[in-house]
Amino acid sequence: MEILSPIILLAVIGLIAGIGLSLASKFMAVPVDEKQEKVRECLPGANCGACGYSGCDGYAAAVAAGEAEPNKCAPGGASTAKALADLLGVAVEAEPKVAFVGCNGTPECTKQRFEYQGMQSCAAANLVHGGPNACSFGCLGFGDCFRACPFDAIRMENGRPVICVDQCVGCGKCAETCPKSLISLIPQTAKVRVGCSNKQRGPAVVKACSVSCIACMQCEKNCPSGAVKVIDNVAVIDYNLCTGCGKCAEVCKRKVFC
Amino acid sequence: MNNSTAIASILLAGILTNNMVLSKFLGICPFLGVSKKVNTAFSMSIAVTLVMVVASAVTWPIYHYLLMPNYTYLETIVFILVIAAIVQFIEIFLKRFIKPVYNALGIYLPLITTNCAVLGITQINTANQLDFVRSMINALGAGLGFMLAMLLFSGVRERLETANIPEFLKGLPITLISAALVSLSFLGFAGIGG
Repeated sequence: MEILSPIILLAVIGLIAGIGLSLASKFMAVPVDEKQEKVRECLPGANCGACGYSGCDGYAAAVAAGEAEPNKCAPGGASTAKALADLLGVAVEAEPKVAFVGCNGTPECTKQRFEYQGMQSCAAANLVHGGPNACSFGCLGFGDCFRACPFDAIRMENGRPVICVDQCVGCGKCAETCPKSLISLIPQTAKVRVGCSNKQRGPAVVKACSVSCIACMQCEKNCPSGAVKVIDNVAVIDYNLCTGCGKCAEVCKRKVFC
Repeated sequence: MNNSTAIASILLAGILTNNMVLSKFLGICPFLGVSKKVNTAFSMSIAVTLVMVVASAVTWPIYHYLLMPNYTYLETIVFILVIAAIVQFIEIFLKRFIKPVYNALGIYLPLITTNCAVLGITQINTANQLDFVRSMINALGAGLGFMLAMLLFSGVRERLETANIPEFLKGLPITLISAALVSLSFLGFAGIGG
């Protein structure tokens, strides 16, 4: 019978704690928005922050409160946007986006101004006179974006990042990381892209890189739908207008389009 | 030794000599898991300190009035039970009444439910037969010691982020090595305060 009293003691303590907690949770309950919980269930839970909120919970709260659009979730993509739209009873158009590096300049195309021996990261190299490349706008190739990608969608080839479109969810982590701001999010369906971000003009650009945009305006003049505009001496495509005819890529002598 | 020096020495011993993480090797999980950034490390240490003090305050009377003198062998299991319940209660309480604190502590509070550093400090209190006030001071010292270790180590880890580390040591290996070095440096405090 000696074993009985410690068992009873333990059971009583457990019981008191249990009753206390259940009472506490009942009397101190905080009403949680039912809609918010349902929204949260639709989200993938990657907590990547691509939506601009602190995490999936933060985004769910904002969506439930009607402060955020339901198509902000990049990893969830179209299916999540649709699920959220159904839940909220609103129409939504979500086009999947992927990252794109706006620089075609491989190490063969651009010269080196000096030999860089510092820390092997784009951010560090960028601090030393904008990096060793002759083109001060172009990709530095130390792979900061490659390391930033949470989905293994970027691989380094020939010292340049290559984005695997199938794996990219368009979270934009790489775009935030790139010290040259070369990476942008473009529609997955985009057929023509601009592989240069050099905002200088003419001879200076030719000297810097062999595949650079010199702002000759040929693409802008020849685009049948008016989608290509040369802004700040570099071609920019408006994907709302672009039909993907490829005319701009045909007329470009500098092979900027890809 | 008068009262205030005794209290100061308990506090100092908890922070430096008997540092929870670096000398007693308790609470290693949050020490390695949540020390990547200084802010999160700070939130975590605040939560740990709070729970340590509250847990000590609750377990002390339970041990001295319920378990003494016959059932002291039940100490571990009863303490686990009680601490888990307290942490849950604190969470409910904060969520209802002090929402900003609840948001700041976030996920760290429930994580501490099963933290060995919290259980450790309550058992150290009973093993050393400290009275109520000294138990509280000891718990506070241990919590502050935990905070010191977390802040120091998160600083080290933020430096490690940009350091040029050999490929085979990247990640967890270098973290463990630097944890060992930080721990070794705390060995220098042995003998202070008793």
